Amino acid sequence: MVQALNQALSLEMERDSNVILLGEDVGVDGGVFRVSEGLLRKYGNSRVIDTPLAESGIIGTSIGMAAYGLRPIAEIQFMGFVYTAFNQILAHAARLRNRTRGHYTVPLVIRMPYGGTVKALEHHSESTEALFCQIPGLKVVVPSTPYDAKGLLASSIRDDDPVIFLEPKKLYRAGRQEFPDNAYEIPLGLAKIVREGEDLTIIAWGSMIPVAQQAAENMEKEDIYPEIIDLRTLSPMDRDTIIQSVKKTGRVLIVHEAPKTCGLGAEIAAFINEEALFSLEAPILRVTGYDITIPMPKSEDFYFPNPERIRYAINKIMEF
Amino acid sequence: MGYQIVIEKFQPSRNDILQVIDEKGQVQSEYEPNLSQIDLKKIYSLMVTARAADIKAINLQRQGRMGTYAPNQGQEGCQVGAGMAVQKNDWVFPHFRDLGLYLTLGFPLKNSYLYWMGHELGNIPPKGLNIFPMAVPVASHIPHAVGAGMAANIKKHKIAVLCCFSDGATSGGDFHEALNFAGVFKTPNVFLCYNNQYAISLPRKNQTAARTLAQKANAYGFSGVMVDGNDPLAVYVATKEALDKARQGKGPTLIEAITYRMGDHTTSDDASRYRSKEEVEEWRKKDPIQRFRIYLKNKGIWDPDYEKSVQDQTTSFIAKSTEEAEQTPSASIDNIFQYTYKDMPPHLKKQRDELELFTQEKKS
Repeated sequence: MVQALNQALSLEMERDSNVILLGEDVGVDGGVFRVSEGLLRKYGNSRVIDTPLAESGIIGTSIGMAAYGLRPIAEIQFMGFVYTAFNQILAHAARLRNRTRGHYTVPLVIRMPYGGTVKALEHHSESTEALFCQIPGLKVVVPSTPYDAKGLLASSIRDDDPVIFLEPKKLYRAGRQEFPDNAYEIPLGLAKIVREGEDLTIIAWGSMIPVAQQAAENMEKEDIYPEIIDLRTLSPMDRDTIIQSVKKTGRVLIVHEAPKTCGLGAEIAAFINEEALFSLEAPILRVTGYDITIPMPKSEDFYFPNPERIRYAINKIMEF
Repeated sequence: MGYQIVIEKFQPSRNDILQVIDEKGQVQSEYEPNLSQIDLKKIYSLMVTARAADIKAINLQRQGRMGTYAPNQGQEGCQVGAGMAVQKNDWVFPHFRDLGLYLTLGFPLKNSYLYWMGHELGNIPPKGLNIFPMAVPVASHIPHAVGAGMAANIKKHKIAVLCCFSDGATSGGDFHEALNFAGVFKTPNVFLCYNNQYAISLPRKNQTAARTLAQKANAYGFSGVMVDGNDPLAVYVATKEALDKARQGKGPTLIEAITYRMGDHTTSDDASRYRSKEEVEEWRKKDPIQRFRIYLKNKGIWDPDYEKSVQDQTTSFIAKSTEEAEQTPSASIDNIFQYTYKDMPPHLKKQRDELELFTQEKKS
């Protein structure tokens, strides 16, 4: 996925001289995950900018640049460090179009690695996408494959609204997949059915997709065939694809890394109730992180959804 | 190298404060700018208009015709003085107590009133004026100004960016992050800090242990300068020099304009809870309009007839702006949904339609 993201960045910078990259260690170092490797050499230090260590400063200046006419891509080194920039995102990036009735806009992509299961340091494992999904004016995008990563990042950069682009650390160097060398877009706001099935619908995104796929494969032994929806864009969400699938299967499992309470799963369950209650054969269940601080690496395996927990939940759903 | 005259010469470390006109309206400095009579009259009439428009706004609020409002009285000198130095392609990032600056830049008073009446239309600048909507969260707009400066550098535009805030903002993290970026990237920014002595109730001395606010610039590798903020000419001279310096690619400047917020923090505040009448009266003697009137009189520009014409124009301008603002209809349901994203996503359309339907049913 790192290579796919790197290609998307490079192609978009080549295509549009207003696209610039900024963040901590994105230039000389090529980013701590090497996503921006080689870009400084190719595009120079006025377009690939190593900034001081200041997240609010990075996002705040990006907003000014975007309003001025650039299309900045800001990297926050880890999602766990974005919170000092939260005011800039919530109070300004997301609102400027509305505040000025379209006079000023913020075509800004905020890239950040998110999520756990990589035995990382404290503050490096959280998955707080729901915080961003509640903010009107923001889009939130999460790829789960290299192919999608490249196309979704290109679309995010070309989008005229601020996009939070979450990169699953777990998948940075996992799951090799071919993707074309040329530039291509995958439209935002469209989910993808990554596995067709009849018996229940699993809704997941990002690093939970391979986990859900593994679980679904395991279920075949029990003659249960789940459908898996990869949301890809969390906000605005592709509700149609979800509702269509729910109408087909009548059963829903939502899988996410984030804590259960007020996680995005809660919103998904709520709107399925609003729009497809009578298609449901069973209660909607969630397999998620717990409402606790993510344990440090020695105990983190307790926390994250895994195929076994998913199997347990599926069996419960199928009992109805 | 005009910019070196004031910015480098007046050192906060020596407690230098640039003043051109003293409290009695006398010229006390070799730095009196060579402004035309038209410009001098413009400064005067803008300050008079700003004050009258401010009083009108407070009255409108008291009558329930405007929402909570942040009064400007006492700060017209720095607002107008700074605004006079801004050039056409420059960008301006104001804060919420900047009425005189808005007026000076040609921002319609109608829009300023609309904003405080609670209408987003009030945030939209007229064509050709690069002014951001005012920042309400204190200090949060300073990074935006620096970002605009960085963008201008990247695009090789020879412009300057003026960003205004008050003393309280200098304690905010965004002040630090923004000024640090400005220093590192040598951006064309001018940071104008209206040191009006209070952040709501907190006096300047409790805001920071630093002796001056201007000296904070030194920590970021550029210059700071203090000016008498109730002297529009001192503010004009320093701001013009700093903006010129910025346009020449010579980096940012922090200006501390020492002034006083004569009114309450907002119409919901009662400043008598935290400061004495005596203190306020001391500052009244330093009023920017009063001293500038004497200055103009001494120059033979001001007389009672001129005063009357300024007052008459101001009165009709304010009446017209008030009427236009009050006659502007509220934003429609579609309008409040329409600008969340460039293209409205399906779930928002659904919510909008629900509200439309609900509102129609309620009516019928």
